[in-house]
Amino acid sequence: MTNEQTLLQVRDLRVSFRLDKHNTFEAVKGISFDVPTHRIVALVGESGSGKSVSAMSILGLLPENAGIPAASQVLYGGEDLLKAPEARLRDIRGKDISVIFQEPMTSLNPVFPVGEQIGEVLRLHMGMTPKAAAARAVELLAEVGIPEPQLRARSFPHELSGGQQQRVMIAMAIACEPKLLIADEPTTALDVTIQKQILDLLAKLQEKHHMSVLFITHDLGVVGEIADHVVVMQNGLVQEQGPVRDIFERPQHPYTKALLECRPRLDRRPMRLPVIDDFMKGTGAANYAERPRGVKEGDAAILEVKNLNKTFFLKEGLFGKRAVPAVKDVNFRLAKGKTLGLVGESGSGKTTVGLTLMRLHDATGGEVLFEGRDLLALSDREMMAYRRRIQIIFQNPYASLNPRFTVGNILTEPMKIHGIGKDQKERVEMAFHLLSRVGLPESAFYKYPHEFSGGQRQRIAIARCLTMKPDVLICDESVSALDVSVQAQVLNLLQDLQDEYGLSYIFISHDLAVVKYISDEIMVMNQGEIVEIANADEIYLNPRQEYTRKLLASIPKGWDATRAAA
Amino acid sequence: MSSVVSNYSLPAPQGSPGLWTLAWRRLLGDRVGLVCLAIVATYLAMMLASYAGLVARDWNKEKGVSYANPAFLAGAENLEAREVTNRDFASKAKPVDLSDIDPLAPRYKEWEERAAKIAVTEVKRSETLPFGGDKWGRDVLEKAVKGSEVSIFVGLTAALFATMIGTILGAMAGYWGGKVNDFLEWFYNIFTSIPYILLILAFAAVFKRGLDTIIVILALTGWTGIYRLVRAEYIKHCGREYVKAAQAIGASHLSRMFVHILPNASHVILVQLSQHVVSFIKAEVILSFLGLGVPVDMVSWGTMLAEAQNELVIGKWWQLFAAGASMAILVTAFSMLTDSLRDALDPKLK
Repeated sequence: MTNEQTLLQVRDLRVSFRLDKHNTFEAVKGISFDVPTHRIVALVGESGSGKSVSAMSILGLLPENAGIPAASQVLYGGEDLLKAPEARLRDIRGKDISVIFQEPMTSLNPVFPVGEQIGEVLRLHMGMTPKAAAARAVELLAEVGIPEPQLRARSFPHELSGGQQQRVMIAMAIACEPKLLIADEPTTALDVTIQKQILDLLAKLQEKHHMSVLFITHDLGVVGEIADHVVVMQNGLVQEQGPVRDIFERPQHPYTKALLECRPRLDRRPMRLPVIDDFMKGTGAANYAERPRGVKEGDAAILEVKNLNKTFFLKEGLFGKRAVPAVKDVNFRLAKGKTLGLVGESGSGKTTVGLTLMRLHDATGGEVLFEGRDLLALSDREMMAYRRRIQIIFQNPYASLNPRFTVGNILTEPMKIHGIGKDQKERVEMAFHLLSRVGLPESAFYKYPHEFSGGQRQRIAIARCLTMKPDVLICDESVSALDVSVQAQVLNLLQDLQDEYGLSYIFISHDLAVVKYISDEIMVMNQGEIVEIANADEIYLNPRQEYTRKLLASIPKGWDATRAAA
Repeated sequence: MSSVVSNYSLPAPQGSPGLWTLAWRRLLGDRVGLVCLAIVATYLAMMLASYAGLVARDWNKEKGVSYANPAFLAGAENLEAREVTNRDFASKAKPVDLSDIDPLAPRYKEWEERAAKIAVTEVKRSETLPFGGDKWGRDVLEKAVKGSEVSIFVGLTAALFATMIGTILGAMAGYWGGKVNDFLEWFYNIFTSIPYILLILAFAAVFKRGLDTIIVILALTGWTGIYRLVRAEYIKHCGREYVKAAQAIGASHLSRMFVHILPNASHVILVQLSQHVVSFIKAEVILSFLGLGVPVDMVSWGTMLAEAQNELVIGKWWQLFAAGASMAILVTAFSMLTDSLRDALDPKLK
């Protein structure tokens, strides 16, 4: 560490945004860190911590209303990039310092073939002829591990999968052999198996090209796998920084400790997950006792699914139709008061199962027995009585609440529909009660969804379901869009509610650690079929199917001593 | 009943007391929106006052000389007026004394005496009017006020009806999709394939002439654009999770269509409404110009503009200006108001 050179120095960086005439918001409040040569530095923090803003200010990619005081410096080879003219920055961008963004689909131009887009970078910065650039683009595609690069260079972005698109973005970023690669949450939008591949690729390329990487992420598991140096940010301040070993083995700041503990782990299952507040207030861990999980033979079933099938039809040509089976012969039973985890990669049909159970999609075939009655065979009128009893919480709390309804409307509407509560006054009282139950202040009743953070909105969605006193709750990726600390709170809330009301959950997620924490039983899906169903502990200890093993192997392991030895 | 006392005290409403209160509060903070609101309100008040006969009741009286100059152009030469007065003067000139040969001459005196008994109050036609006069010397300003009655009424009502038709059909097509959508799309395609003016003429030929007819014609021909946009909005929103969530709690189709989705598509509808008010005021002009518009005994901005065509050739610009300016001010204020309204109704924008 002593003799390594510094590539980039960030000194007392402050960024504030003008909101209107009088108000400014300070997103970054004076941070300093170094990026050494040939090292991976991870910038870790939750949403709103200012990590992306800090990284984008390095390249001057901030929006118009951002302001940086003169005292802040970003030194790159002795040059202060914050004061460099736009022409100089344009020169640096893509050549010396390049960026990969979170959403590969929106970062690629949909109307040009990917080979051409890579070639453009080469022509602009390296002065290559179109022909040479095209040839180099194919080489780069091969380097980032895209099969048949010759052919793929002529593909359009939408013809590639998400992982391949991210590979193309990486190819573009390393095209000019940059000295620094800024990767802004490059794997967040990807499946866990793809994430693993991309991380491996990044590590390999960093080694090969002697780059430095500034890796921005919210996921400490990923950081432990890849980073040499960690900078932990919270609310625009650096809380702690140091070599990855120190951060993971001897975290100093309570926030770092909290971040490490909040995330559900594969090897432990406490009664409640620790949350940030436990650490910041120094009250320490709440209840670390292991929670017993699992379903036994004799447990009563509340929901039984037999041969569930769902086929989508795509239009083909003028009159043709193509059948796309999304769910194929799915059988399972949900034990009363237990949680069934449903895992699989995107496109595996897990969400379709959830929506079909609730009849939000029409099933193509099969039975869903709820207390012995087949829900799929009920008429719409008969279904109304059952609607109330099976509820769903969606993934995106920003989309699942009607933006034009106040929280009060959102909560009282289902009660009105199902005739719960004898008058409006009683319904309002129930809504207040539920708001406090999910940990929101009563003033929330009069506000609109956009006035809340993601975690709070998910609480509102949960409260909406609770108004109907359901028996079964389907959680469709309900915590996937949330920060780890908020995720822990929502998971705790769900667990408390299960303990209190005896709810049964179907918990759909791509995050295996979360599923392992919350589930009694786990069902693995792949391409519309169930691969394996077993008790949660069993499936992690001895997975029987190859696919399950592959899925488990791709979970980011975080920091472990073996890597330190290597 | 006083025994029913809940020990649960409701906290005082804070934050967001309701969509309309909140929207109003936001509109109050928007200076441009407020000015526009004031202008539109003035126009509406003017329209009502004229309908009630409080202002511009005698717009049809010929108060000034033909093409009377506006008050601020009093000195300008008015050839037309002079020509008319000359003619009148010529007719009133003393006749040459022909009593020698005129057999009726002895009775002239008697007649003159009898004529003097009948009080003839000759209206003194004024040389200038506040904003000028038209060919018959009617006050242009009063005409513009009276004309607003027809124009605004036609524009607003027809636009409301057209928006209603477009919204309901668009919501149905977008929400239900499938067969309903296919049918409505087919209908829309047929409808829009007929040239617009031809369609208007066809409708106008079938119905009798009158104000209500114009409204019906404009509403029945103007809904197509709104239909397409609303349909697109509904298709977009139907896939959103909040609509799925509404279905999951058991909300009916009607509730999902009009309680859940409609407020989220309202910005499109509002903007369309304002644009159609504008275009329908103009369409009434065209219809009146073609002779299919308002009856001759009424005045509208459209008929004023149609008259102004000939006047412009002889340099009498004020009628055109009065009608054009009233229309331009209203139209601008109205579309800016709908913009502000759209922002005010969006709870996300603060």
